[in-house]
Amino acid sequence: MELLLVLLVGILYSAGIYLILRRSMVKLLLGFMMLGNGANILIFLMGELTKGKAPIINGDNIHFTDAYADPVPQALILTAIVISFGLTAFAIILLKKVHETTGTDDLDSLNIQDLDI
Amino acid sequence: MISNFILAPILAHMITAIVLLFFWKNVQAQKTVSVIGNIVGFLVSWRLFALVWENGNMTLQMGGWQAPFGITFVSDTLSATMVMLTAIVSLAVGIYSTAATNISRIRYGHFFIYHFLIMGLMGAFLTGDIFNLYVWFEVVIISSFVLLTLGGKKRQMEGAVKYVTMNMLASSIFLTAIGILYGITGSLNIADLPQHVAAVENRGLVTVTALLFFVGFGIKSAVFPMYYWLPSSYHTPPSAIGAVFGGLLTKMGVYSMIRVFTVVFEPDDFMLGVFIVIAILTMISGALGAINKRNIRRILSYFIVCHIGYLIAGIGMYTELAFVGVVFYLIHDVIVKSNFFMMSGLIQKIRVTQDIYRLGGFYKDYPKLSIVFGIILFSLAGIPPLSGFWPKILLFQEAFKAENYVLLGTLIFASFITLFIVARIWSEVFWKDLPKPNAEEIDHFAPFHMRGRLALVLPVVGLAVVSLLIGLNASFVFEVAERVAHELMNPSIYIDSVMHHLK
Amino acid sequence: MKNNKPKHNIKKLDATILRTATNYLLPLLLLFSLFVLLRGHYLSGGGFVGGLIASIAFVLHSFAYTTRRTLRLFQVPPRTLIPIGLTLSFISGFLPVLLGQPFMTGVWFADKVAVIGSVGTALFFDIGVYLVVIGVVLTILLTISESD
Repeated sequence: MELLLVLLVGILYSAGIYLILRRSMVKLLLGFMMLGNGANILIFLMGELTKGKAPIINGDNIHFTDAYADPVPQALILTAIVISFGLTAFAIILLKKVHETTGTDDLDSLNIQDLDI
Repeated sequence: MISNFILAPILAHMITAIVLLFFWKNVQAQKTVSVIGNIVGFLVSWRLFALVWENGNMTLQMGGWQAPFGITFVSDTLSATMVMLTAIVSLAVGIYSTAATNISRIRYGHFFIYHFLIMGLMGAFLTGDIFNLYVWFEVVIISSFVLLTLGGKKRQMEGAVKYVTMNMLASSIFLTAIGILYGITGSLNIADLPQHVAAVENRGLVTVTALLFFVGFGIKSAVFPMYYWLPSSYHTPPSAIGAVFGGLLTKMGVYSMIRVFTVVFEPDDFMLGVFIVIAILTMISGALGAINKRNIRRILSYFIVCHIGYLIAGIGMYTELAFVGVVFYLIHDVIVKSNFFMMSGLIQKIRVTQDIYRLGGFYKDYPKLSIVFGIILFSLAGIPPLSGFWPKILLFQEAFKAENYVLLGTLIFASFITLFIVARIWSEVFWKDLPKPNAEEIDHFAPFHMRGRLALVLPVVGLAVVSLLIGLNASFVFEVAERVAHELMNPSIYIDSVMHHLK
Repeated sequence: MKNNKPKHNIKKLDATILRTATNYLLPLLLLFSLFVLLRGHYLSGGGFVGGLIASIAFVLHSFAYTTRRTLRLFQVPPRTLIPIGLTLSFISGFLPVLLGQPFMTGVWFADKVAVIGSVGTALFFDIGVYLVVIGVVLTILLTISESD
């Protein structure tokens, strides 16, 4: 399972970075979504996978203390998902507006104002 | 000292934002609520600073969950100082934007997002948990996205795409770094991390993680290879927004860098070398970028990049005196940069343009205002006894002591270019006669009624007085900076204040 | 704003099955979202997920009909849900401060309520989040479809 997730993280990161480097705005957005998902799975993986164990154990419990599931990565991922949800929603609206004002999907056409000093 | 009061600056702005949402369509009420909220925020930040100054670090365990498990809020002297500065700038810019922001922007929620942004900044400065820092960063950048794109002109959109792209990339890198850090240490509390980081056997992985943090924060604070988004976006939104962005947003990256690299990671020679090289390149590229620009705000954008280099250089030298210089420079820079942006907005209000070659005759028409502007300009350049002078001298000294002559040369070069450009702005905008004097163009200030004028000028004058006070009353600021530097060089003070109750 | 063509196409689209299904699915999904919201403290679920499910119900409704008709289901613009939700969350976070405990500490009623179980500040915080999520998602939906 770990190996599968490691491969998945690698694929998501590389695909995300590849898409970010393309000139199209839609691909840029998709790239960021993949990068975000890759980061989330990375955190999930880093918290060590434990199946079917309780996340929080009573202080006076002496059994299974070594095999509890780490609750922190899930909390982190949930927060990160919420944040990336907001970011993505904003980015979609922004790119839509940009597309409306410039009429193109090409990121290279956005350099006009860097020319004026 | 454990107290709920540490959250007061955050909550003040949160309450203001919520109240503003109830007055969505009422412009006048929004302005009033915003100013009141800013004043309250300023007062509680002042109180927080006073408390920390007297009693030492304050901490709060959110929800009663103890330190390494729950989210901790910590206010040491550095945090309290940054919160204080944020509150000062927020108050000034808040008053300024009641007159400078147009009504349609306010109807789209300008003030609501503004207070949300300030809340995020306060949170980032006060948190003691590295993932919580990430969350506050996101609060700040989402608000800044909205503020940057409100209004939606084509220029703004172009700048915003670059800004959004780079900041989202920075967040992804930051999040990746947090993931790896959690994987190798199993903790996210800034005060709890150092002992775990020190125990990691795979030192290479620690260095990689540290560099990931550096890249993440570096993009946000606009250091050398990752700075270009800043000059292409910061001059597009209205000046009031530019003032907050230019004064505080990049400093948030620098603050996080200081925090992470003094407490969590003990930088080795390699890391310090990276800092120094990046600082040199940042200063040079910022200075050279500013030299041929004609738009005041564009010049200023490159100045921001250039002067971030000073701060990074100070961190790279990693001595107590260098940190005194960094903290002093940070205090000076936040105030002056915000004020500079407001000044450029005022110039644009009066003369419509920001092109220095088309401006002129300012001193003749507005002598009193010009003196205030002069104070801003020359404290930026660091003319003694104004505020920029003292920290620069300290940084020069430290570079000389470290026998790093390349760095010393670059510091002097960057100061020289700054002085040169400031002198050029002064002579072009203020001394030179107005080219093609045009009766219509001159009095754009007149349509503002008295209160509007006061709201535009008062914050600029206020911040100019603050930067004058920093320069003239340097001994107190030195005292603050020395205490911060002492705390930074002895991270055990920070760590003990969070973890002491566990022992 | 400029090209209204897609809108006309949607109107011509005969979505009888979708519309009929939506009429039943909307209340069902809303009920389910409340269920997810309430079970959130000990089991998977909570305010955010519940809010998303509720807003998905409305999004589905807007697909089947139009965004305008979906918004007509609300008496007030969905934006007003945001401050109400934020206030609720804020008060439930601030309540322990008045009792002298750190911000956001869970405060619980002594007696259990039937069906729901223990009621505490965490529940009201979640309800606030639920409202904010619905408000935000519908505002985004409105913004996107307005410019079409």
